[in-house]
Amino acid sequence: MTIDTTPKMTWWNRLSHPGQFVALTRPLVLPLALLTGVLFAVGLWYGLFSSPPEKYMGDTVRIMYVHVPTAWLSQFVYATMAVSALGTLVWRHPMADVSMKAAAPLGAAFTAMALFTGSLWGRPTWGTFWEWDGRMTSTLVLLFIYLGIVALWRAFDDQLRAARVVAVFTLVGAVNIPIIKFSVDWWSTLHQPASVFRPDGPTMPGEILTPLFAMFFAFTFLFVTLQLAAMHTEVRRRRITTLERRAARGDLK
Amino acid sequence: MSGFISVLSREIRLSLRGGGEILTLVLFFVIVGAVVPFAVGPDKALLARIAPGIVWIAAFLAMLLGLEKLFGPDRADGTLALYRLADIPLSAVVAAKVIAHWLTAALPLILASPALALLLAMDGETFGRTVLSLLLGTPALAGFGAIGAAVTVATRRGGLLAPILIAPLSVPVLIFGVGAISASGGPDQAQAAALLLAALSLMVVVLSPFAAALAIDWGED
Repeated sequence: MTIDTTPKMTWWNRLSHPGQFVALTRPLVLPLALLTGVLFAVGLWYGLFSSPPEKYMGDTVRIMYVHVPTAWLSQFVYATMAVSALGTLVWRHPMADVSMKAAAPLGAAFTAMALFTGSLWGRPTWGTFWEWDGRMTSTLVLLFIYLGIVALWRAFDDQLRAARVVAVFTLVGAVNIPIIKFSVDWWSTLHQPASVFRPDGPTMPGEILTPLFAMFFAFTFLFVTLQLAAMHTEVRRRRITTLERRAARGDLK
Repeated sequence: MSGFISVLSREIRLSLRGGGEILTLVLFFVIVGAVVPFAVGPDKALLARIAPGIVWIAAFLAMLLGLEKLFGPDRADGTLALYRLADIPLSAVVAAKVIAHWLTAALPLILASPALALLLAMDGETFGRTVLSLLLGTPALAGFGAIGAAVTVATRRGGLLAPILIAPLSVPVLIFGVGAISASGGPDQAQAAALLLAALSLMVVVLSPFAAALAIDWGED
């Protein structure tokens, strides 16, 4: 009797092969992009035309439909990076470091957008572009961490080695972000008590919630689409680098 | 344990005999602090108010400057490769280096801080609290610094990268460090900040050698 010991190609195994990963997920990109487009169309229609201006803030409340989703993504993308970092360190999953690398610039972009829209919104409502408020400050620190991670990726020549080092740093950052958040809240309440104005009221009417949710999902699917596309690009970039190295050694004709 | 002690004493001997590195660091610390009055004007009341912040920024910058020599020279001459093969775990070696880094890059600054206190018109009580908060907070900076130095040691153009990576992580240290000095939130707030600072330092010093050793180990092979 013989026992079949050849490894089974489970979906997990297939995902860990870069070529298989691209082949499996490539058909997903177009539907995801279409879904994102539809969600953006719905969200923008509701957000710009079909929702009333807010009683106190007027039309500036519409900035929220971009601001809140990007602010949520600034944290969600870091969570994605931290999970990918665990995948790199614990399982050494080959696609985990590709995902980690693809997510870093996206996270930096969403965080910068959240800060930018928040600052545009702050000018008419708070009267200032920048306030050293707890949330804004910790988002700014988060942006610096993202940019540091992008710089760290670029400092390495060998991307496989870079992945493990960046993974360690990403997890150190993940442990630190709650501490930073707590310390900044403690600091800003110490410096300016009661001046922190929270624009999000206790309840929101449905006309505002509908576009907010639509935009929320639109931005989340935008991230998923861009993340997949960036991962495919990264896989191809690595393949090209390998081919170039082989060509330089003379292995290819 | 003997390996730990010998790494520690090697590091200390190297920086004591290595051509006045400690003196340069202390000079940098004092000069950064002494330049501020030229920028903001010699108003004694203002200087006394911002003095704790200036001392912390000077200490922060001085400690970030010394990061490159934490693992860089050891990697260049191959000592780091030997450490990875040593009997004691790499994290123990890193822990010894963190302690040595604190002894040679933070302790001299604290000893030199009376000079800055005098220049910046600090009163006696504030100065006492400043020394206490530096003593509590600089170990955390040394620990974060070790992580920053470890993740950039394998890169060819490390340079400014470690300070850029470490500065955002060190925000809580600065916040609680200055919070422990200034009594603007009342004495109970200052005490809370000092305790939080001590907690942060303990956590970072305990955990950072493992993270730094992991980064060194996996950045090399």
